[in-house]
Amino acid sequence: MKLITHNMLTSKCLKGVVTGYPLAINATDVKISEVDFNPEFISRIIPKLDWEVLWKAAESIGHSEGLPQTIDPKFEDNEEFLRKAHKVLLEVEVEEGYLTCPESGRQFPISKGIPNMLLTEAEVQ
Amino acid sequence: MSALMKLKTLEGYLQDLSGFTKPKIQYEQYETPAHIAAVALYTMQTQFEALENRLVLDAGCGPGVLGIGAAFLGAGFVTAVDIDEDAVEIINENVEEAEISNIDVIKSDFLNCNTFRWENYFDTVLMNPPFGTKNNTGIDMKFLQMGLNLSCDSVYSLHKSSTRLHIQKKIKEWGVKGSVIAELRYNLAATYKFHKQQSKDIAVDLWRLTHHT
Repeated sequence: MKLITHNMLTSKCLKGVVTGYPLAINATDVKISEVDFNPEFISRIIPKLDWEVLWKAAESIGHSEGLPQTIDPKFEDNEEFLRKAHKVLLEVEVEEGYLTCPESGRQFPISKGIPNMLLTEAEVQ
Repeated sequence: MSALMKLKTLEGYLQDLSGFTKPKIQYEQYETPAHIAAVALYTMQTQFEALENRLVLDAGCGPGVLGIGAAFLGAGFVTAVDIDEDAVEIINENVEEAEISNIDVIKSDFLNCNTFRWENYFDTVLMNPPFGTKNNTGIDMKFLQMGLNLSCDSVYSLHKSSTRLHIQKKIKEWGVKGSVIAELRYNLAATYKFHKQQSKDIAVDLWRLTHHT
């Protein structure tokens, strides 16, 4: 699971949970995989993100180094910024660990890089 | 950006992906044939620029033919979702084999769960939904509706041509735009025991649905 994915995941489907966001990350195995840098795509995705959640997620797994806490207003022209965003969004991957719902404490395991967001029938709203 | 991969090359790569080892009838797991997927993806990119540099969701991905194909055609990032344990394992292996690095797989119930934080988030949503036969009546329409909720631009979906009028009626009801952008033939090999014939051709439509702007 890459952090771009973490940025969009919630547990709001759980009974009694209102926002379910952001999910806390506990990682036992993090890997870095090389992904082609695509500045056009990164520029397009940045306005859609919750940047604060991205930054905190990166920090919680020890990969926020060099990542600014706020978005550069002129990020489209700032290649250094885009490269850092690219790395944190697409190259850092949680292989093993779990996500935790901030409201209920329900844990969602991540195994072989795949978060398991499936719920039992009794857990669904 | 690199030039668009040739259709034949794409089809060849998709042909090499592994399929379902034990297809499950409750999920109507039929594979999307490489040829259909390649033509569909190629149409989306060449006619609508729906893949290159886009944020793409493959809903009910199965072994991932559509999502992986989208990555081959230059998608910025692909999220692939499936409810089935075996399907996510297979797509994960396929992603590794194909040496694609800008895709994530999530095990989740696409229809019954608010897995995603935001509506209208993905540029392009791809799906080859269950046909909605075999005790699943209407599931194809639920897939389409959920796809529309999650897309900010367009949903591309494969459906039996026999359902065309029904879909036309539905999209009118929903107040969205939609048209068939390609007519294809799906050679459905005998996947399940109840298939009496060895294989049969089914006419399918590639639909493109967009929100009113």
